[in-house]
Amino acid sequence: MTEITEVPSPFCGVGTDDLTVQVDGLSVKVTENGCTVNSPAFEQAITDTSARVHGKDVTLEEAVTKAADLLRASNQPIMGGCATDVNGMRSVMAVADKAGAVVDNMNFTGARRNFLALQDTGWMNTTLAEIKNRCDYLLVVGVDLEGFSPRFFEQYLWNKESMFLENTSNREIVYLGKAPSGDASTSPAGVKAKVLECADADLPEVMEVLRALVKDKKIVAESVSGIATSELRTIAEQLKAAKYSVVTWAAGALNFDQAELTVQMLSEMVKDINTMDTRSSGFPLGGKEGDQTANQVCGWTSAYPARTKFSAGCPEYDPFLFDSNAMLDNGEADALCWVQSFNTASVPPKANVPTIVVARSGMVFEKEPDVFIPVGTPGIDHTGHAYRLDSVVAIRLKKLRDSGLPSTADVLNAIEQAL
Amino acid sequence: MLLKLTGGTVYDPASGIDGQVKTLFVLDGKFINHPPTDMPVDKEYDLKGKVVMSGAIDMHTHIGGGKGNIARMLIPEDHRNDPVYRSDITRSGCGHAMPSSFTTGYRYAEMGYTAGFEPAILPINARQAHMEMADIPILDKGGYVMLGSDDYLLRMLTAKKDQKAINDYVAWTMNAAKAIGVKVVNPGGINAFKFNQRQLDLDEKNSHYQVTPREILQVLATAVKEIGVKHPLHVHGCNLGVPGNVGTTLDTIQGIGGLPMHLTHIQFHSYGTEGDFKFSSGGAAIAESINKNKNITADVGQILFGQTITASGDTMKQHSNHSYANPNKWVTMDIECDAGCGVVPFKYRDQNFVNALQWAIGLEIFLLVDDPWRVFLTTDHPNGAPFTTYPHLIRLLMDKSFRNDMLATIHPEAQKMTTLASIDREYTLQEIAILTRAGAAKLVGLDDRGSLAEGAWADITVYTEDADREKMFEKPDYVFKDGELVVVDGKVVHTTWGTTHIVTPEWDNSVEKDLQKYFDRFMTMKVGNFKMSNDEITEDGRGSLTAHSLNRVS
Repeated sequence: MTEITEVPSPFCGVGTDDLTVQVDGLSVKVTENGCTVNSPAFEQAITDTSARVHGKDVTLEEAVTKAADLLRASNQPIMGGCATDVNGMRSVMAVADKAGAVVDNMNFTGARRNFLALQDTGWMNTTLAEIKNRCDYLLVVGVDLEGFSPRFFEQYLWNKESMFLENTSNREIVYLGKAPSGDASTSPAGVKAKVLECADADLPEVMEVLRALVKDKKIVAESVSGIATSELRTIAEQLKAAKYSVVTWAAGALNFDQAELTVQMLSEMVKDINTMDTRSSGFPLGGKEGDQTANQVCGWTSAYPARTKFSAGCPEYDPFLFDSNAMLDNGEADALCWVQSFNTASVPPKANVPTIVVARSGMVFEKEPDVFIPVGTPGIDHTGHAYRLDSVVAIRLKKLRDSGLPSTADVLNAIEQAL
Repeated sequence: MLLKLTGGTVYDPASGIDGQVKTLFVLDGKFINHPPTDMPVDKEYDLKGKVVMSGAIDMHTHIGGGKGNIARMLIPEDHRNDPVYRSDITRSGCGHAMPSSFTTGYRYAEMGYTAGFEPAILPINARQAHMEMADIPILDKGGYVMLGSDDYLLRMLTAKKDQKAINDYVAWTMNAAKAIGVKVVNPGGINAFKFNQRQLDLDEKNSHYQVTPREILQVLATAVKEIGVKHPLHVHGCNLGVPGNVGTTLDTIQGIGGLPMHLTHIQFHSYGTEGDFKFSSGGAAIAESINKNKNITADVGQILFGQTITASGDTMKQHSNHSYANPNKWVTMDIECDAGCGVVPFKYRDQNFVNALQWAIGLEIFLLVDDPWRVFLTTDHPNGAPFTTYPHLIRLLMDKSFRNDMLATIHPEAQKMTTLASIDREYTLQEIAILTRAGAAKLVGLDDRGSLAEGAWADITVYTEDADREKMFEKPDYVFKDGELVVVDGKVVHTTWGTTHIVTPEWDNSVEKDLQKYFDRFMTMKVGNFKMSNDEITEDGRGSLTAHSLNRVS
């Protein structure tokens, strides 16, 4: 039995790196600083060790050959999931370039709301350590923050010490839209977060009015989607009075039509506040299932985010047309390679095309794929790198045990060579 | 493997060779004067009548790190105009303002460049910078780690820590980030912006730390010198782009008190306030000051007309320039109590008075600095223009009549505000070889690059003489990297993976005790997880690290 400390996690999105784990053979147990996201993800047992073709155990080489055959026979393959570490994603890109595939990260339809806003007007954003040390006012828009990241408040807001705040428990927390699922946002001094609830679909209107109030526009209506205008006016004044306010949202949680306009509205509001003799920053939540890793690696190797097509021989980006689920539904794709190094519950979409799955050992299928190659998990079975949610910090993942499972990159590189 | 390069006209300023006909031998990737007599030549290249230089080195180009990737994500419409197709030996990608990593490597190599240095590696973003550069084929790479707005250093200054403690911190950070130099951007200004300061002059205090940019420059330049790093402190000064900043820049030069200092993209820091538009050239004054102060080096950061995108650590100035964004979208980020970044697309236009004069100011500086070993050819890619404009820039420097023809087309008021037409200087081939090879290698501190002498790595570019220098420099006949032929007739024929150049200055281990406490109290990762290990660069079997010598430390 060995104990390993300061273990970084690729699962929670915030790049927690203070876990202590005990490793006994192939078994891993989180003994310190675990949470409902990280502990089960680290502790999941290895079940599959053999690759399969049509449900039968085969050697890795046979599975790789079959996978390459399927990709070669395809006119428009898809590299889906794309939930992996940096090296895994580099290999996804290499296979896609050679096979003329579409690369589509599984969270892209959510992330698209951010990319559309970014590529239209941009934003002013911040990262975790700035929040931890500077943020005196946090506005949470349309997301249950502690549901997203159970230890977020403990790690980044109710930290005992900060460089620039005298007392971190004086930070003000305001929820707009969704109410929090628990009490993590209650300050150590017992002050509860202010919650102004509305339906998700009403957020565009509420944000629009809030931005108007920040800009001192006259609002005649006394309430907006059930929220009193006077309450929103108070938030507007507080945002302007704060020294370093932060507005956070999760694109994936804004599940309504044209939610990119809400992302844009709040990002433009942050820019407005920065012209009013104070500072403010946005903070998009994400980083799970390797989504920031996929976008970063696709970004530097192709210059586009992770919804890009290579069948013309060069990268082409379209955040709508190359949605792999839509392509499969419409019969526009004829092979799927699903890459998921982290999460066995994240199975490939149902599709009537030849399917290759390169995934974490233990994935259970309703319909057995043509090829299944179980791989090790980055940060458990091999070293690697993963981006956390702010897209700035790449954490160095450790190898915790010797499972003998190949890495995602090993498998995809072999497929690329066989193509 | 023994190569013979026969009868080329060689320009190798590092060896004092200026246009002599010479035959070169390369054995296993390095130059050798006299190969063993019984050793057969594996391949001979007849270079009679060709111009031979070492591979070019871009000592300041934004090719790795988060802000570059933000720039890529921000402008898909720019990529669509320059798709790069896959071939049997090359990967697909996109080009123009901020190319994809693979395309960056191919296009640099196709212009005869064999190394590029990222000038702004944020310590916290060092992994990304190195991972991106690891996906740039052919080129050697490396970078300068950014300090000066990090809260750790500013806390040290407020606490009046001694120079020795600062030296240890700088050396430790260089090792943690795998750097070959140290950069400071708007000294303390990125930090001040987080406290809502919108400008910070050389003697203006950070409102929280009460520290001035002048003090930051002084301690960092001293640290770099005292830990023996050959590349002088790499300075992006105060007040970038602000009319009148020529005064600040001259003061910065004087204020450093003779310490080695490199002023980067100095064109953006050479503006006066004269004339009807209150914007004028400080080029002559800056060049005169550089000529006088032998401790100073500078790269120009030339602007060239057209669409590009600016990506800088200088959040303060990028934010104040966002109203010029074209197209109108932009990003700033405050980053991790470490630094920040700002990304603003720009379209420099020859009929815009300010842009036209910026163009002329850059050329004035190139032509008025006497010593070619102390000025360097850059566009601050992509900030002044994409690196693919270098052959055009070389023609502007080497061909007076072409330069004057171009001058005649820019905004007429800008023509009146520059002395460019009266400058007769034309750069020689040897001087171009100094700016882009020998001088750059010396400035970065590379022991065995930028030269064709025995023992140096065989990075070689072969050109065909052409009076049109743009044509000549955009399409070399051959490029060799470490003795391997990688480009023929301006096209990649073979790809290799370059090394990462670093230095490993020493530090006192006790520095990490304080850092550990600081990380545990205020940061969002453990100090042990912050430091990059060597295997992060080498474990894929492609990357390698090359540590260069340091100056002797007393």
